[in-house]
Amino acid sequence: MKEQAPLLEVENLNVRFHLRTGTVEAVRGVSFSLGRERLGIVGESGSGKSQTGRAILGLTPPPGEITADRLTFDGIDLLSIPRRQLRNLRGGRMTMVMQDPKYSLNPVMTIGDQMIEAYRAHKRASRKEAREKALEMLEAVQMRNPGRVFSLYPHEASGGMGQRAMIAMMLVTDPDFLIADEPTSALDVTVQQEVLRILDRLVAERGMGLIFVSHDLRLVSSFCDRVLVMYGGKVMEELASGDLESAHHPYTRGLMNCLPALEGSAHPLPTLRRDPAWTE
Amino acid sequence: MSSVNSGYEGGGRTRALFSGLGAIGRVLSMVAITILGLLAVTFFISRVVPIDPVLAVVGDRAPPHVYERVREEMGLHLPVWQQFAIYVTNVLSGDLGTSVLTSRPVAQDIARYFPATLELATLGTLIGTVLGVPLGVLAAVRRGHFIDHLVRVVGLVGYSAPIFWLGLLGLLVFYANLGWVGGPGRLDISYEYMLTPVTGMVLVDAALTGDWAVFRNAISHIVLPASLLGYFSLAYISRMTRSFMLNELSQEYIITARVKGVSEQRIIWGHALRNALVPLITVIALSYAHLLEGSVLTETVFAWPGLGRYITNSLQNADMSAVLGGTLVIGVVFVAINILSDLLYRLFDPRTR
Repeated sequence: MKEQAPLLEVENLNVRFHLRTGTVEAVRGVSFSLGRERLGIVGESGSGKSQTGRAILGLTPPPGEITADRLTFDGIDLLSIPRRQLRNLRGGRMTMVMQDPKYSLNPVMTIGDQMIEAYRAHKRASRKEAREKALEMLEAVQMRNPGRVFSLYPHEASGGMGQRAMIAMMLVTDPDFLIADEPTSALDVTVQQEVLRILDRLVAERGMGLIFVSHDLRLVSSFCDRVLVMYGGKVMEELASGDLESAHHPYTRGLMNCLPALEGSAHPLPTLRRDPAWTE
Repeated sequence: MSSVNSGYEGGGRTRALFSGLGAIGRVLSMVAITILGLLAVTFFISRVVPIDPVLAVVGDRAPPHVYERVREEMGLHLPVWQQFAIYVTNVLSGDLGTSVLTSRPVAQDIARYFPATLELATLGTLIGTVLGVPLGVLAAVRRGHFIDHLVRVVGLVGYSAPIFWLGLLGLLVFYANLGWVGGPGRLDISYEYMLTPVTGMVLVDAALTGDWAVFRNAISHIVLPASLLGYFSLAYISRMTRSFMLNELSQEYIITARVKGVSEQRIIWGHALRNALVPLITVIALSYAHLLEGSVLTETVFAWPGLGRYITNSLQNADMSAVLGGTLVIGVVFVAINILSDLLYRLFDPRTR
């Protein structure tokens, strides 16, 4: 593969929320770049990992303010792009799968209608063409009976089914870049693997860039090429998945130590020691 | 769909029919119990209030034997439960008794007065919904901006201004000074008896017979009281719409729609409002039912011969048959609207099917 400009470039990204009670800095000076590869972002609740993803898609909720030295997607400056064009990028070339299909699918629309809407927001197509494409996509996420799933309402589908439908919907426009924001956290352990496998295959087949946001360090390191460890809105450490064992940062080491071993007793379980200096 | 896939097409359909019949049976028995309960309560209240229906008929100078005879004719010497049983039996055979005040059967009176209320309440609710829902949506979308504050002020005035005062003011300005609308009553005197009642609703009857002069005149009369009632339901509906919309707009499926690159207009009207409509059905139905009870004050100010005024007049004259009959109608209307909103729920929310 020839060397090309990275798909996504983020330099010194900051997300601030100006609230009545003061300013909350959710993301502080995050920088990374992403090609057609898999980047994991790990961190605990409130570490800014989700807000980083939302900021890239331009979905930071209202009182939020985004600043960055550089925030480009395929060379397009996401900070200065007109809203309309950003909307075309969103869903068309970059997309996101969220945590819980129970809340992220519209309860009063059938899965099929929601997929058709996603497709037709970006492609000139008749309803029939969009329907074909949607069914094709449902098959790609290994639905046994795509026609039936197509006409289901979200509450009629199980969690795993709903999340696979969500993945199908978000990939129906053949985007280049996907943010998976805790895509398996709301699912049963038994279906987690299945959904991950499907996601894995689709991302590989289509050569997409992926940001995988999770709090599960082990999962992320097995799924991604590189891992970004975040704490308090800042990047603590960036390392290749294989080098996890040799992580330097005390926070990453702390996280690693907290993973209980299957063999032998480890009482008391180690707890995470956080140093306020990390967020200075 | 299930009956088609099952392969037992006939069986499935029969089963569906039976479950449908069962549901209808359940609804009907619930309606019967509700109405019976309503009648019982109203009936016993009417028997314990310190007004004497006999006196209302004979006057307070009648000799004792006349008083006694009338009392027996009215069945008031019987035990209360027996009186109630007789009343319910009569109601079941369509006899609501005779009004002391109008000396006409109560059923006939109601057939005259209720359509007037129905016409006014329907138009009022229509105005309130058509304006109130979009206003509420805009207020939610532009939260904290000018339109939001405007909707709040409009709603506040709607809640707090006395309706009879607004009604009189409206008549003074639009009828007496500007002459834009017709005055009190449903029609000008000259049109009053030109129409043969079919439904009893002047607008509908005029449209049915193609009498457009009467139709225009009826519109000019109804527009002011209907707008007034519409304003009140608008105040309520827009406020509820705003809060339902704020709730829906903060849901995660809205973010999904944004991620998909769906236009903002479609997110608001197609996704959020579509979900907000489900609780809104109840709000609109309640506001409609409220107007259908008859708005006594509005009907009085506009000399509107409606149900509210009929019941109030009857009550003040100890005309208990009329009060009971009117209450019965209101009860039936309430139940009917509840059933209707249940059906609409099923239409709008797949989770209730």
